[in-house]
Amino acid sequence: MKHIIKILSLLVAISAFWIGLLQAAIVPRSHTWLLPVYFVVSLGCYGLLMVGVGLMQFPTCPQEAVLLQKDITEAKDYFKHKGVDVGSD
Amino acid sequence: MADEKENNGEKKYKYSIIIPTYNERLNIAIIVYLIFKHLRDVDFEIVVVDDGSPDGTQEIVMQLQKLYGEDRILLRARAKKLGLGTAYIHGLKYASGDFVVIMDADLSHHPKYLPSFIKKQLETNASIVTGTRYVKGGGVHGWNLMRKLTSRGANVLAQTFLWPGVSDLTGSFRLYKKEVLEDVISSCVSKGYVFQMEMIVRASRKGYQIEEVPITFVDRVFGTSKLGGSEIVEYLKGLVYLLLTT
Repeated sequence: MKHIIKILSLLVAISAFWIGLLQAAIVPRSHTWLLPVYFVVSLGCYGLLMVGVGLMQFPTCPQEAVLLQKDITEAKDYFKHKGVDVGSD
Repeated sequence: MADEKENNGEKKYKYSIIIPTYNERLNIAIIVYLIFKHLRDVDFEIVVVDDGSPDGTQEIVMQLQKLYGEDRILLRARAKKLGLGTAYIHGLKYASGDFVVIMDADLSHHPKYLPSFIKKQLETNASIVTGTRYVKGGGVHGWNLMRKLTSRGANVLAQTFLWPGVSDLTGSFRLYKKEVLEDVISSCVSKGYVFQMEMIVRASRKGYQIEEVPITFVDRVFGTSKLGGSEIVEYLKGLVYLLLTT
Protein backbone atom coordinates (compact mmCIF):
# COMPACT_ATOMS: atom_id res chain seq x y z
CA MET A 1 0.00 0.00 0.00
CA LYS A 2 1.37 3.41 -0.91
CA HIS A 3 2.25 5.43 2.13
CA ILE A 4 0.05 8.36 1.15
CA ILE A 5 -2.96 6.00 1.24
CA LYS A 6 -2.14 5.08 4.84
CA ILE A 7 -1.99 8.73 5.84
CA LEU A 8 -5.18 9.57 3.94
CA SER A 9 -6.99 6.63 5.57
CA LEU A 10 -5.93 7.93 8.94
CA LEU A 11 -7.29 11.38 8.05
CA VAL A 12 -10.56 9.87 6.79
CA ALA A 13 -10.94 7.91 10.03
CA ILE A 14 -10.38 11.06 12.08
CA SER A 15 -12.88 13.00 9.91
CA ALA A 16 -15.46 10.24 10.29
CA PHE A 17 -15.06 10.37 14.05
CA TRP A 18 -15.47 14.15 13.94
CA ILE A 19 -18.60 14.00 11.80
CA GLY A 20 -19.96 11.38 14.19
CA LEU A 21 -19.38 13.74 17.08
CA LEU A 22 -21.12 16.55 15.17
CA GLN A 23 -24.14 14.34 14.45
CA ALA A 24 -24.40 12.85 17.92
CA ALA A 25 -24.07 16.27 19.57
CA ILE A 26 -22.77 14.78 22.84
CA VAL A 27 -20.60 17.84 23.30
CA PRO A 28 -21.92 21.27 22.26
CA ARG A 29 -21.62 21.73 18.49
CA SER A 30 -19.73 25.00 18.78
CA HIS A 31 -16.94 23.07 20.51
CA THR A 32 -16.95 20.25 17.97
CA TRP A 33 -16.64 22.71 15.09
CA LEU A 34 -13.38 23.98 16.54
CA LEU A 35 -11.79 20.53 16.90
CA PRO A 36 -10.09 20.51 13.46
CA VAL A 37 -8.51 23.86 14.30
CA TYR A 38 -7.17 22.40 17.54
CA PHE A 39 -5.92 19.38 15.62
CA VAL A 40 -3.95 21.45 13.10
CA VAL A 41 -2.59 23.75 15.80
CA SER A 42 -1.48 20.86 18.00
CA LEU A 43 0.16 19.14 15.03
CA GLY A 44 2.09 22.35 14.34
CA CYS A 45 3.05 22.67 18.00
CA TYR A 46 4.23 19.07 18.03
CA GLY A 47 6.44 19.73 15.02
CA LEU A 48 7.92 22.90 16.48
CA LEU A 49 8.46 21.18 19.83
CA MET A 50 10.25 18.25 18.19
CA VAL A 51 12.50 20.60 16.21
CA GLY A 52 13.18 22.62 19.38
CA VAL A 53 13.98 19.59 21.50
CA GLY A 54 16.09 18.12 18.72
CA LEU A 55 17.99 21.36 18.41
CA MET A 56 18.63 21.60 22.16
CA GLN A 57 19.78 18.01 22.40
CA PHE A 58 21.69 18.11 19.12
CA PRO A 59 24.61 15.77 19.70
CA THR A 60 27.92 17.42 18.90
CA CYS A 61 31.40 15.95 18.94
CA PRO A 62 34.14 18.60 18.98
CA GLN A 63 36.61 16.02 20.30
CA GLU A 64 36.13 14.01 17.10
CA ALA A 65 37.50 16.86 14.99
CA VAL A 66 40.67 16.84 17.12
CA LEU A 67 41.01 13.06 16.85
CA LEU A 68 40.52 13.26 13.09
CA GLN A 69 43.30 15.83 12.76
CA LYS A 70 45.59 13.43 14.63
CA ASP A 71 44.61 10.60 12.27
CA ILE A 72 45.28 12.84 9.26
CA THR A 73 48.76 13.73 10.52
CA GLU A 74 49.45 10.06 11.22
CA ALA A 75 48.35 9.05 7.71
CA LYS A 76 50.40 11.82 6.07
CA ASP A 77 53.51 10.77 7.99
CA TYR A 78 52.96 7.18 6.95
CA PHE A 79 52.67 8.08 3.26
CA LYS A 80 55.68 10.37 3.44
CA HIS A 81 57.64 7.46 4.88
CA LYS A 82 56.36 5.16 2.10
CA GLY A 83 57.11 7.69 -0.60
CA VAL A 84 53.55 8.29 -1.73
CA ASP A 85 53.06 11.91 -2.70
CA VAL A 86 49.65 12.86 -1.40
CA GLY A 87 50.32 16.56 -1.75
CA SER A 88 48.97 19.11 0.70
CA ASP A 89 46.05 21.50 0.85
CA MET B 1 29.13 -16.86 -1.65
CA ALA B 2 31.67 -19.23 -3.13
CA ASP B 3 34.65 -17.88 -1.25
CA GLU B 4 33.34 -18.36 2.28
CA LYS B 5 36.02 -19.66 4.56
CA GLU B 6 35.61 -21.52 7.81
CA ASN B 7 37.54 -19.96 10.65
CA ASN B 8 37.08 -21.26 14.22
CA GLY B 9 33.67 -22.51 13.16
CA GLU B 10 32.63 -19.01 12.09
CA LYS B 11 32.07 -18.00 8.52
CA LYS B 12 34.45 -15.35 7.26
CA TYR B 13 32.70 -12.92 4.99
CA LYS B 14 34.19 -10.54 2.50
CA TYR B 15 33.34 -6.86 2.55
CA SER B 16 33.50 -4.49 -0.41
CA ILE B 17 33.82 -0.82 0.47
CA ILE B 18 32.60 1.40 -2.35
CA ILE B 19 33.86 4.98 -2.24
CA PRO B 20 32.78 7.42 -4.96
CA THR B 21 35.29 10.24 -5.42
CA TYR B 22 35.55 13.54 -7.21
CA ASN B 23 38.62 15.66 -6.45
CA GLU B 24 39.46 13.82 -3.23
CA ARG B 25 43.20 13.37 -3.84
CA LEU B 26 44.30 13.81 -0.24
CA ASN B 27 41.16 12.47 1.42
CA ILE B 28 41.16 9.16 -0.44
CA ALA B 29 44.72 8.43 0.68
CA ILE B 30 43.89 9.16 4.30
CA ILE B 31 40.69 7.16 4.20
CA VAL B 32 42.46 4.13 2.68
CA TYR B 33 45.14 4.33 5.37
CA LEU B 34 42.49 4.47 8.10
CA ILE B 35 40.48 1.58 6.63
CA PHE B 36 43.57 -0.63 6.64
CA LYS B 37 44.34 0.52 10.18
CA HIS B 38 40.91 -0.29 11.58
CA LEU B 39 40.08 -3.46 9.62
CA ARG B 40 43.09 -5.64 10.33
CA ASP B 41 41.45 -9.05 10.62
CA VAL B 42 38.77 -8.55 8.01
CA ASP B 43 38.71 -9.72 4.41
CA PHE B 44 37.87 -6.63 2.42
CA GLU B 45 38.43 -4.71 -0.80
CA ILE B 46 38.06 -1.02 -1.55
CA VAL B 47 36.33 -0.05 -4.79
CA VAL B 48 37.10 3.56 -5.72
CA VAL B 49 34.69 4.96 -8.30
CA ASP B 50 36.30 8.15 -9.54
CA ASP B 51 34.36 10.45 -11.83
CA GLY B 52 37.28 11.77 -13.85
CA SER B 53 38.71 14.05 -11.15
CA PRO B 54 41.06 16.63 -12.65
CA ASP B 55 43.10 16.89 -9.43
CA GLY B 56 44.95 13.59 -9.84
CA THR B 57 42.84 11.45 -7.52
CA GLN B 58 43.34 8.48 -9.84
CA GLU B 59 47.14 8.79 -9.82
CA ILE B 60 47.06 8.70 -6.03
CA VAL B 61 44.81 5.64 -6.06
CA MET B 62 47.26 3.91 -8.43
CA GLN B 63 50.08 4.64 -6.01
CA LEU B 64 47.97 3.22 -3.20
CA GLN B 65 47.36 0.12 -5.31
CA LYS B 66 51.12 -0.41 -5.56
CA LEU B 67 51.44 -0.03 -1.81
CA TYR B 68 48.51 -2.16 -0.67
CA GLY B 69 47.91 -4.44 -3.66
CA GLU B 70 45.66 -4.23 -6.69
CA ASP B 71 43.40 -6.92 -5.27
CA ARG B 72 42.71 -4.80 -2.17
CA ILE B 73 42.12 -1.48 -3.91
CA LEU B 74 40.16 -1.47 -7.15
CA LEU B 75 40.05 1.67 -9.26
CA ARG B 76 36.95 1.69 -11.43
CA ALA B 77 36.86 5.17 -12.93
CA ARG B 78 34.24 6.80 -15.08
CA ALA B 79 34.88 9.46 -17.69
CA LYS B 80 32.92 12.30 -16.12
CA LYS B 81 30.72 13.28 -13.21
CA LEU B 82 27.64 11.08 -13.46
CA GLY B 83 26.07 11.25 -10.02
CA LEU B 84 26.12 9.32 -6.78
CA GLY B 85 23.44 6.70 -7.44
CA THR B 86 25.02 5.47 -10.65
CA ALA B 87 28.44 5.54 -8.97
CA TYR B 88 27.22 2.89 -6.52
CA ILE B 89 25.70 0.81 -9.33
CA HIS B 90 29.01 1.08 -11.20
CA GLY B 91 31.06 0.07 -8.15
CA LEU B 92 28.66 -2.74 -7.31
CA LYS B 93 29.37 -4.41 -10.66
CA TYR B 94 32.97 -4.99 -9.56
CA ALA B 95 32.33 -5.75 -5.88
CA SER B 96 33.13 -9.34 -4.97
CA GLY B 97 32.18 -9.20 -1.29
CA ASP B 98 29.21 -10.72 0.52
CA PHE B 99 28.57 -7.31 2.02
CA VAL B 100 28.93 -3.83 0.58
CA VAL B 101 29.76 -0.74 2.61
CA ILE B 102 29.13 2.65 1.07
CA MET B 103 30.79 5.71 2.51
CA ASP B 104 31.79 9.25 1.54
CA ALA B 105 35.38 10.05 0.67
CA ASP B 106 35.44 13.46 2.35
CA LEU B 107 36.46 12.14 5.82
CA SER B 108 33.07 13.01 7.32
CA HIS B 109 32.68 9.24 7.68
CA HIS B 110 35.46 7.81 9.81
CA PRO B 111 36.60 4.23 9.04
CA LYS B 112 36.98 3.55 12.77
CA TYR B 113 33.24 2.82 12.85
CA LEU B 114 33.51 0.02 10.28
CA PRO B 115 34.10 -2.70 12.93
CA SER B 116 30.89 -1.68 14.75
CA PHE B 117 28.89 -1.94 11.49
CA ILE B 118 30.29 -5.43 10.89
CA LYS B 119 29.74 -6.49 14.50
CA LYS B 120 26.14 -5.23 14.50
CA GLN B 121 25.41 -7.11 11.29
CA LEU B 122 26.89 -10.36 12.61
CA GLU B 123 24.92 -10.02 15.86
CA THR B 124 21.55 -9.25 14.30
CA ASN B 125 21.88 -10.68 10.77
CA ALA B 126 20.37 -7.41 9.56
CA SER B 127 20.09 -6.74 5.83
CA ILE B 128 21.22 -3.16 6.32
CA VAL B 129 23.20 -1.46 9.06
CA THR B 130 22.98 2.31 8.83
CA GLY B 131 25.05 4.88 10.68
CA THR B 132 23.06 7.41 12.67
CA ARG B 133 24.26 10.75 13.96
CA TYR B 134 21.21 11.41 16.11
CA VAL B 135 21.53 8.92 18.97
CA LYS B 136 23.71 8.62 22.07
CA GLY B 137 27.31 8.08 21.03
CA GLY B 138 26.74 9.78 17.68
CA GLY B 139 27.06 13.43 16.79
CA VAL B 140 27.96 16.11 14.33
CA HIS B 141 30.79 18.60 14.30
CA GLY B 142 31.17 21.71 12.20
CA TRP B 143 27.54 22.70 11.64
CA ASN B 144 26.24 26.15 12.41
CA LEU B 145 22.83 26.82 13.98
CA MET B 146 21.13 27.20 10.58
CA ARG B 147 22.48 23.87 9.38
CA LYS B 148 21.34 22.15 12.58
CA LEU B 149 17.89 23.75 12.35
CA THR B 150 17.47 22.63 8.73
CA SER B 151 18.59 19.14 9.61
CA ARG B 152 16.21 18.81 12.57
CA GLY B 153 13.30 20.27 10.59
CA ALA B 154 13.94 17.90 7.71
CA ASN B 155 14.13 14.98 10.11
CA VAL B 156 10.88 15.84 11.93
CA LEU B 157 9.07 16.23 8.59
CA ALA B 158 10.33 12.87 7.37
CA GLN B 159 9.55 11.09 10.64
CA THR B 160 6.02 12.55 10.71
CA PHE B 161 5.11 11.79 7.12
CA LEU B 162 7.16 8.76 6.12
CA TRP B 163 7.46 6.67 9.33
CA PRO B 164 10.73 5.24 8.04
CA GLY B 165 11.74 3.35 11.17
CA VAL B 166 15.26 4.80 11.23
CA SER B 167 16.48 7.93 12.98
CA ASP B 168 18.91 9.22 10.34
CA LEU B 169 17.53 9.15 6.80
CA THR B 170 20.06 11.20 4.90
CA GLY B 171 23.18 9.67 6.37
CA SER B 172 25.09 7.71 3.76
CA PHE B 173 27.44 5.57 5.82
CA ARG B 174 25.83 2.14 5.48
CA LEU B 175 26.50 -1.56 5.23
CA TYR B 176 24.29 -3.69 2.98
CA LYS B 177 24.03 -7.35 2.17
CA LYS B 178 25.15 -7.29 -1.43
CA GLU B 179 21.95 -8.76 -2.87
CA VAL B 180 19.87 -6.32 -0.81
CA LEU B 181 21.78 -3.34 -2.16
CA GLU B 182 21.35 -4.66 -5.70
CA ASP B 183 17.63 -5.08 -5.14
CA VAL B 184 17.03 -1.69 -3.51
CA ILE B 185 19.29 0.35 -5.77
CA SER B 186 17.51 -0.84 -8.91
CA SER B 187 14.25 0.74 -7.73
CA CYS B 188 15.74 4.10 -6.77
CA VAL B 189 15.63 7.02 -9.19
CA SER B 190 16.49 10.07 -7.04
CA LYS B 191 19.69 12.04 -7.29
CA GLY B 192 22.17 13.27 -4.71
CA TYR B 193 20.91 13.95 -1.23
CA VAL B 194 17.43 12.47 -1.68
CA PHE B 195 18.94 9.26 -3.05
CA GLN B 196 20.11 8.19 0.43
CA MET B 197 16.65 8.80 1.83
CA GLU B 198 14.96 6.91 -1.00
CA MET B 199 17.28 3.93 -0.50
CA ILE B 200 16.48 3.52 3.18
CA VAL B 201 12.73 4.20 2.84
CA ARG B 202 12.36 1.70 -0.01
CA ALA B 203 14.39 -0.88 1.90
CA SER B 204 12.18 -0.35 4.93
CA ARG B 205 8.99 -0.74 2.83
CA LYS B 206 10.34 -3.91 1.27
CA GLY B 207 10.56 -5.33 4.77
CA TYR B 208 14.33 -5.61 5.08
CA GLN B 209 15.66 -5.63 8.62
CA ILE B 210 17.52 -2.39 9.29
CA GLU B 211 19.74 -1.82 12.32
CA GLU B 212 21.50 1.35 13.43
CA VAL B 213 24.90 2.13 14.90
CA PRO B 214 25.98 5.52 16.22
CA ILE B 215 28.51 7.43 14.14
CA THR B 216 30.02 10.87 14.42
CA PHE B 217 30.11 13.20 11.48
CA VAL B 218 32.86 15.79 11.13
CA ASP B 219 31.93 18.10 8.26
CA ARG B 220 34.39 18.46 5.41
CA VAL B 221 37.94 19.10 6.56
CA PHE B 222 39.51 19.61 3.14
CA GLY B 223 37.70 21.05 0.15
CA THR B 224 34.40 22.87 0.07
CA SER B 225 31.06 21.55 1.26
CA LYS B 226 28.79 20.48 -1.54
CA LEU B 227 25.59 21.56 0.23
CA GLY B 228 23.68 24.46 -1.34
CA GLY B 229 20.46 26.38 -0.72
CA SER B 230 18.49 24.55 -3.40
CA GLU B 231 18.97 21.39 -1.33
CA ILE B 232 15.94 22.28 0.78
CA VAL B 233 13.68 22.45 -2.29
CA GLU B 234 15.14 19.17 -3.56
CA TYR B 235 14.54 17.60 -0.16
CA LEU B 236 10.88 18.66 -0.04
CA LYS B 237 10.33 17.41 -3.58
CA GLY B 238 11.92 14.12 -2.58
CA LEU B 239 9.68 13.87 0.48
CA VAL B 240 6.52 14.31 -1.61
CA TYR B 241 7.85 11.87 -4.21
CA LEU B 242 8.45 9.20 -1.56
CA LEU B 243 5.06 9.89 0.02
CA LEU B 244 3.38 9.17 -3.32
CA THR B 245 5.48 6.26 -4.53
CA THR B 246 6.41 4.15 -1.52
